This record gives sequence, C-alpha cells and structure tokens, in this order.
Amino acid sequence: MSEFGSHHHILSVLVQNRPGVLARVAGLFARRGFNIFSLAVAPAEDEGFSRITIVVDVETTSLEQIVKQLFKLIEVVKISELDPGRSVERELLLATVRTTGDHRGQVVELTNIFEGKILAVGVDAITVSLDGHPEKLDDFEELLAGYGIVELQRTGRVALPKLDREARLRAVSTKSNQGKAG
Amino acid sequence: MKITGAQALIRSLEMEGVETIFGLPGGCILPAYDPLLDSPIRHILVRHEQGAGHMAEGYAHVTGRPGVALVTSGPAATNMVTPLMDAYMDSIPMVCITGQVPTNAIGTDAFQECDTVGITRSCTKHNELVMSAQDIPMAVRQAFHIATTGRPGPTLIDIPKDCLTNLMDWNWPTDEEVIDSLPGYRPNTKGHPRMIKEAAKLIMASERPILYVGGGVLKARAAEALRELAELTNIHVVTTLMARGAFPDDHPLCLGMPGMHGNATAITVMQKSDLLINLGARFDDRITGKVSAFAPEAKVIHVDIDPAEQGKVRRPDVPIVGDCKQVIEEIIKAIKDLQANGTVQADTGSWRSRISGWREQFPLSYEASEPGEALKPQFCLEQLRDNAPEGTILVSGVGQHQMWSSQYWTFNEPYTWVNSGGLGTMGFSIPAAIGAKVGRPDRTVWAIDGDGCFQMTAQELVTAAVERIPIKVAILNNSYLGMVRQWQEMFYEERYSEVYLSPEVPNFVLWAEAMGCVGIRVDSPEEVQPAIDKANSIDDRPVVIDFRVDAREKVFPMIPAGFGNSDMLLPEWQEANRGGLK
Ligand SMILES: Cc1ncc(C[n+]2csc(CCOP(=O)(O)OP(=O)(O)O)c2C)c(N)n1
Ligand SMILES: [Mg+2]
Repeated sequence: MSEFGSHHHILSVLVQNRPGVLARVAGLFARRGFNIFSLAVAPAEDEGFSRITIVVDVETTSLEQIVKQLFKLIEVVKISELDPGRSVERELLLATVRTTGDHRGQVVELTNIFEGKILAVGVDAITVSLDGHPEKLDDFEELLAGYGIVELQRTGRVALPKLDREARLRAVSTKSNQGKAG
Repeated sequence: MKITGAQALIRSLEMEGVETIFGLPGGCILPAYDPLLDSPIRHILVRHEQGAGHMAEGYAHVTGRPGVALVTSGPAATNMVTPLMDAYMDSIPMVCITGQVPTNAIGTDAFQECDTVGITRSCTKHNELVMSAQDIPMAVRQAFHIATTGRPGPTLIDIPKDCLTNLMDWNWPTDEEVIDSLPGYRPNTKGHPRMIKEAAKLIMASERPILYVGGGVLKARAAEALRELAELTNIHVVTTLMARGAFPDDHPLCLGMPGMHGNATAITVMQKSDLLINLGARFDDRITGKVSAFAPEAKVIHVDIDPAEQGKVRRPDVPIVGDCKQVIEEIIKAIKDLQANGTVQADTGSWRSRISGWREQFPLSYEASEPGEALKPQFCLEQLRDNAPEGTILVSGVGQHQMWSSQYWTFNEPYTWVNSGGLGTMGFSIPAAIGAKVGRPDRTVWAIDGDGCFQMTAQELVTAAVERIPIKVAILNNSYLGMVRQWQEMFYEERYSEVYLSPEVPNFVLWAEAMGCVGIRVDSPEEVQPAIDKANSIDDRPVVIDFRVDAREKVFPMIPAGFGNSDMLLPEWQEANRGGLK
C-alpha cells in the first residue's frame, strides 16, 4: 500500500443503508474521475444508516467538488472531513508470511513487539494480524516484506473524531448548515 | 382495501396529477397496462421508447410539470437511456417507470432482464428498484418529489412484475412521511442573506455588468423577476441556449445568445465585462470557450440551486445557493434598500454605448441568395418566424439548423423554445415537439429539424398522426450532416468524411405521406411563403416541409473548440471591422 500523502483526505460519510448505495458512491467516483485511496463501510450507530470512511486522493480534483458531488446523492445524509490530527484512525492488517528456517521465531518476535497476534502457524508459513494506526501497519508491513509476504489483506482505514476535540470536527457539509444539493 | 400493485401504481400516478403518459407495453410491465384502461390518464402509444422519453421531456419543458414515460424491461429500458441522460443534462423533471423481471428471477439472466437501475444510475437524479407491491406508492411519491424539487431531473422506478400483480393495502404517504423517508435530501431554495447583500453591492458598483442567464431561470419560473432586475438596474442580458425566451428578445436590453455560435455582441460583452451576474447557468464549455481566457476581468456572482455548480468551472466571488426566483427577488429588495440609503449605481453609460456600437456593427447576418440560387436556411427560418402565430413553440434537433433556430427566431415568451442543449441529441425534435404539443395543445408547435436528425426518430410522426397531434415540421435539408461537414470544411481542409447524405433518398414527402402527414417540398425562395401558408392552414394532422437548402452555408460567428472567446470567427464581410470589437 502506498504512503498516505498530503493530497489524501479522510471523509466520513453517513448514508442511508439502502441497496445499491455503495455502488452509487463508487460509480460517482468513477464517473467524475475522482480517486479513492481506501474505502471502508459498515453499519453506523443508528439503525438504517451506514458510515463510509473514504480516503480520497485530491491530486487531480478539488476536495470541494468531491464533497459537493457526493452530497448530491440522495442517500448521503452527512459528510465530515476528518483532520488526521484530530481524529482517531484504525485499520486491521492480516498477513501470511513465509517462515522457513529460523525466520519463524523472528516473525513471532516482530509480531509481539508490534502487539499483533499469531492467528495460524503452518509448516513454512505463519498468519499474523495487527490492528492500529495505519502508519503503524505500514511499518509492520514493510518489516514483514523482508521475509516474503505470501498474502496480505488490509481493511482500509476507519476513523472517528477525537472525543475531546469533537467541537473542532470540521463538518464540511451538513443538511442543517448548508442545504442539500438538489 | 386490497388492490394490486399495478392498480396502486396507476392510482399513485393519478394522485400525482399525471394527465398524460408516453409509453409502450411489453411483458414485464403488462400488468400496469390493464388498470390504465380504467384510468382518466391519457396514454400515448409511441413507436420507439426513446420517443416516449423525449416526448416526456418536451411536455415537461413547456408545462413545467414532470413528463412521465412507462415502458417494459430489458430493451425498452435500454432504449430509455438516451432521453434520461438528455433530461439529466438539461435538468428536465421526468419520471420513468420500467417493468422488471419478477423478484425471484432477478440476477438469473431471465428473458428481457437487464440491470436497469445499474445502467441508469449515472443518467438519473435518482432511481429505485421496488421490491414489494406495498412500497409502490412511496416510490412514486419520492420519484416525483425528487424529480421536481431542487435542481430538477429525471428519476426512474424499476418495478418487478410480481410487485405489480401482488396485492397490497392502499396507502398514500403524507408529505411529511415522504420528506422523512429522504433524510439526505433537503434542497436549499433561499439564498444566504449576507451573500445577497454582497451581490447587490457588487451590482451597484459595477461599470460593465452583464446578466448571464441560464436555464435555471426558466426552471425556477423567474422570468418576471429577471425582467424587473434588468430594468431596475438597466443591465443588458445574454440568454444561453437553454434560456432562450427567459428574457424577451425584443427587449432593448436583450443581447441574445453567447457561446460557440452566439452573436458577436453577446460573446464580447462577457469577455469585456467587469461583473458577470450568472443566474442559473453553469459556465458550460460551449459558453466559456477556453476557460482560462474567459471573461478575464470579471468578478462573478453565481446563483445556482445546485451547490456543486459553484466553483466547478469558475470560482465565484459571491456564490449564492438558492432558487433563482427567490434569490433574484431578494437581490432586487437589497438593491432597493441600498438605493433608499442613498447608494447610487455606478455610471454604466459608456459601457452601454459600447454595447450599442457592437450591436450596430456586428448583427447576425447571412448572404441572401440571388434569384435562381439555392435556398438559404436562415431565410426559411425568418419566413417561418414571421408567419408564426404569437406564442408559437419552437423545437429543434441538433446541428446547424439548431444554431440557426436559436439565432434567427425571436423568443419573446418563456417556455417557447425546446431543445437538447447539454447532450446534443440528434433525433430529439420530432418526439419532443409531440410532447410539447400534447402539453400545450393551444399553441402552434414547429419542429425545426435536420435531414440527419429527422432520420433518427421520424417514425414518431406515425404516433402524432394516429393520436391526432398536429405538429409542424420544417426539415432544413442540406443533404449533409451539416454541422460535422462545417467542421471538416474549416478544420480538416475540406476533407469530407462520411457526412454526405443522399439527396435522393429518402423521399421526405412520400415518407411523410406514408406516415399520415401532409408532405410539401420546397426548392426555391418563391415556394417558401405558399408552403408555410399551407402548413399553417392545416390543423388536423402533422405537416412536414422539406426545405432543400444550400449545403455550403455555415453557422457564424464561431469559436473553434479549445479557443478563447476573443478568437471568434466572424462572417467574411464582418472580418474587416474586427477592430470594432475592442
Ligand atoms: C445521436 C447523435 N449522433 C451524432 C451526433 C453528432 N452530430 C452533431 S450535429 C450532427 C449533424 C446533424 O445533421 P443534420 O440533422 O442534417 O443537421 P445539420 O447540421 O445538417 O443542420 C452530428 C452527426 C449527435 N449530436 N447526436
Ligand atoms: Mg443536414
């Protein structure tokens, strides 16, 4: 996974949980030439709603256009931009790593240092997991790569505003303060 | 009381006030056609579903009410893609209902199954696959609400066959329930008060202001308010291709159409202006030319109900999200407040005299043909215009004839001009004219078509003849895909590639007659007047006049694609005066 750069922004998008809503979001990005860096979606606190955390790449399009076009989707209820400094971010990584010879011990040790978990151990491979800040996962992944990663799966980041700083959450658009695209 | 989903659908459409449906039945939508027999709704049976879509658009254009199309699944749904996209680009309220295979067959590649909501997702404002008969009334209410509010647009409801045949308990959701069911949809109509004050101040201070008016003014039914604002401030108006008629062409402040084929004055005022007051327009590339060279000295006030239009192309100094009518009225109030407090509007006198100089030097013009020479398309249009009864609605296809229609007609009333602006859909005019005539049977409706366009959707004249919808069609027949020919002549060294249409076939007069219309052929200028008189005298069936016009005629002025507006190409006889556009 490439490095999270300065042209990346995290959008937390609250949507009505209806069939096809993810296709709508993805279709919009494809149709308008917007770039998605990562995307995670799951039910939100209120029944009937989901939260989509999208890391967008704004190298070619303005964040403002992305947000405004996204907001025109009927099922999109609220969009917040999360400032990385003022939000908590987590991601989960699963990796199967080749562990021939004495490498097994080294990978186990590495995993323990990162406070990850050993999920399965095979004859010449081992599957580990790590959750945490995406940058910590980047470091872990880089170290594992030296041993030979057989398979890797990361979830994409999810994020929420930091509790004590919630007041600083920058609501890019909410239906109460700006009106909703027609 | 239990009724079928099909009965609920038709009843829901009646509840929404639908008077006319354009459609064509088939397997999956069959159940809906049975209760239609007992409904007061008029159904117009088209010959191709694309026709139903464009008819619904034409109807919506002239009435302001949503047009409705009803078609079956699979190929019928895919035939609707073009009109849906057309309506989406031009913000036309339209509701399309498609049949779908039964719920248990969805995903199995059943006969005439297609992923209608998937295919139409990016060409509708919203669409919905209904999964139960019980949900039909709410789906209909949502579709009409979304199509007609905010920035209008097309919506689609896809209904599986079993949902039409199953029983349901009739219920009609209240307005509140509809709004609660759409928590993410709250269009904003009222402009921000601080921005409105800001706009009023800029307007009062500008020495070279221009009202740049787009289709949003018509959608918001703001023509009256616009006129008041223009007259209050004495500011000239340009009307884009989508806004022709929003401000009367015979008004002294009206400068007509800007853009790629606009007139020299309308193009130049935007370039030289110090303040563009954009009302419901979207800085389309056909208006701006090269964006970086567009209106370089102008500040921008941008009024649009769609927040995503603000800053999409040109960053406004004063963005105002809201309904054009409400916002214009608020701006008028704010200007009057400023005046009451002693603010005096900047002197626009020298600007206005520059404008009248341009108008005098650079009128739209063409070389009239000498006796015995080929007929000029512009001449035909002038004659049609001068013989048209008041309130005539003009509908055009796409190509050179469309640009000449917009240039040479005089639009003095809103909702008298119907065309395909954003998508530029050849074949639009015949079905759209039929829809317009259905919506306004009291008006004369002329379709101005190209010989190329006509051959795309002419079969709908059968619909018009059979349903007794007496539209009039003028084909400006140059035997070419004329607009493409013009580009090949000008930018590809006259290397004409695949633009020549046969002048022999089809025989448009015979074709018209075969479809139950009156057909007339006109070859020379003397025949023009009698042909128009004859067409105007017929009111019991459609009429088609085949005007054989000069194929060499080009549309001028023209801003070549990718160039800035100051690089406008003028007709030869005006090039010498070019310096006058300073
Ligand atoms: C469906 C579709 N196909 C192709 C085009 C590209 N196109 C734009 S104008 C034009 C020529 C139209 O010819 P005609 O109807 O004879 O009008 P004319 O320009 O000759 O007045 C073409 C092919 C289009 N706009 N729409
Ligand atoms: Mg032609």
